[in-house]
Amino acid sequence: MSQNIKYRLGKSISFKGLVIFFSILCTIPLFLILFYIIREGITKINWDFLVNLPKPVGETGGGILNALVGSLLIVFYAAVIAIPFGIMGGIYLSENKKSWLAYWCRLSVDVLQGTPSIVVGIVIYFWIVKPLGTFSALSGSIALAVMMLPIIVRSTEETLKLLPSTLKEAGLALGLPYHKVMLRIILPCGFSGVLSGIILAVARIAGETAPLLFTAFGNPFLNTDVTKPMHSLPLLIFNYATSPYDEWHDLAWGAAFILLLWILLLNIITKITTRKWKIQF
Amino acid sequence: MGNFIIIKMDVWKNIKIKRSFRQIRMEKLFRSSLVLIALSILVLVFAFMLTLIVHSLPSIKALGFGFLYGKTWDPVANIYGTYPFLLGTLLTSFLALLISIPFSFSIAIFLGEYYPRGWFSEFLKNAIELIAAVPSVIYGFWGLFVLVPIVRSIELKLGITPYGIGIFTSSVILAIMIVPYAASLGREMIRMVPSSLKEAAYSLGATRWEVIKMVVIPYSKSGLFAGVLLSLGRALGETMAVTMVIGNTSIIPKSIFDPGNTMASVIANEFTEAASTLYLSSLIELGLILFLVTVVINIIGKRVIKRFTTD
Repeated sequence: MSQNIKYRLGKSISFKGLVIFFSILCTIPLFLILFYIIREGITKINWDFLVNLPKPVGETGGGILNALVGSLLIVFYAAVIAIPFGIMGGIYLSENKKSWLAYWCRLSVDVLQGTPSIVVGIVIYFWIVKPLGTFSALSGSIALAVMMLPIIVRSTEETLKLLPSTLKEAGLALGLPYHKVMLRIILPCGFSGVLSGIILAVARIAGETAPLLFTAFGNPFLNTDVTKPMHSLPLLIFNYATSPYDEWHDLAWGAAFILLLWILLLNIITKITTRKWKIQF
Repeated sequence: MGNFIIIKMDVWKNIKIKRSFRQIRMEKLFRSSLVLIALSILVLVFAFMLTLIVHSLPSIKALGFGFLYGKTWDPVANIYGTYPFLLGTLLTSFLALLISIPFSFSIAIFLGEYYPRGWFSEFLKNAIELIAAVPSVIYGFWGLFVLVPIVRSIELKLGITPYGIGIFTSSVILAIMIVPYAASLGREMIRMVPSSLKEAAYSLGATRWEVIKMVVIPYSKSGLFAGVLLSLGRALGETMAVTMVIGNTSIIPKSIFDPGNTMASVIANEFTEAASTLYLSSLIELGLILFLVTVVINIIGKRVIKRFTTD
């Protein structure tokens, strides 16, 4: 060793210091963001904010009821579309590890997961919006469902793969038909993993804006008809934040606070789900 | 009497047989629907690609490769050159990658090597997950109202035109957003380094830093590389946060503090306004390029991870 041991130890310690410094530095923007959204948002939230429609520019007050209802509906329908497909796809992939279809299906899921959200918006625009001739909440839900699908498929597959094959064999040995073994034994055993995957997927798409720009489009009025344009929280934040009016900025801060709260809640629920019903074998 | 019992048994048998036939039919139905759904996911992705190709055909035919290096984008004059957007996308993504790499690798080493357990590591892990969970529109909103004024004051001090918005601001926002991808993957990979290798190095008298430099990083470098690739894929396709802070001008940026446009942001801004067929289809061609590039990057990344984890 040509180098002094003190020098080498010093280098080691200073590297450790550097790593710790960068790690802590990285969390600062997150807390700044949370701090700003909460500080600006919490003063805007009151009962009127939640039950009123946005007022025209120049008038103070007004709320975000249309976006709140729209967001809930769009996400709900997206989940309804994506969950059955996602779970069935996950079951197929966990059961067939080697077939060519499973290989290509897995690849497709990877492709979908990496697809930029704006591209999903374009494609769904041509599939649903163009033929129907109008922007609609349904097309927004379908776009979001496409984004949910890979997350649910992957989490279902990973969870079911962890279950011991003896479980399945026991069911089959009792003479149960295959579909009952899968739906009544294997799926309930992997329930926590599947459920947390679904909640995670919902949390991921609840804040998506780009696929909704050309599909759900936005609507200044309250609308519950899925064949008509509908507003959603992320769309409202985007539209109002980039507008030049202070009243609209206020609405956007409040909406951002509610959206953040919603996503935090979903993430916490995911954590609790995985911890409470942990697979134990 | 005897006859009656036989008839009864026959009925019972029939019911039983019927029931098992129904079960078998259900079983077949279930199996075939599984295959059908797997197939439909495959078809979905192919249909995605096909839709993008079909609708961008007009611009591919009319503009050819000039589309990629044309320096002016002027829909009013019917000139569609996407060089400014390609440059904007590459600049923002690679700048963001450059900023985020020290952070994500530090976190990966911190959580994977120095402190795998403990309350602070748990806290850091959750914070990193939270960074990934915050929607991009909120990053954009925050960037517009908090980061842009900060950047503007820095630019004033440096004596550059104080736009505030621009390539640099979007890169900073993107850098924050993509840290979790490389960090959490890197952590997993560093954890998988066999402790026997590390112990061997320690026994030869290596310091902690030397072990990390000569054992941990070389062993996990393909995993770290995959994490960087996935971050890059995310940065290229990110739309909303960038759209809100990049300034949206179609002029070629001269420095990183100039406003610009990325492929995703130009689609988000102009798609609903595109009136002529050529205008619309050139936007879709941008989407197609974006799709193909991110897909290739993601698949390479996933391949690298798979090879690393099965070795």
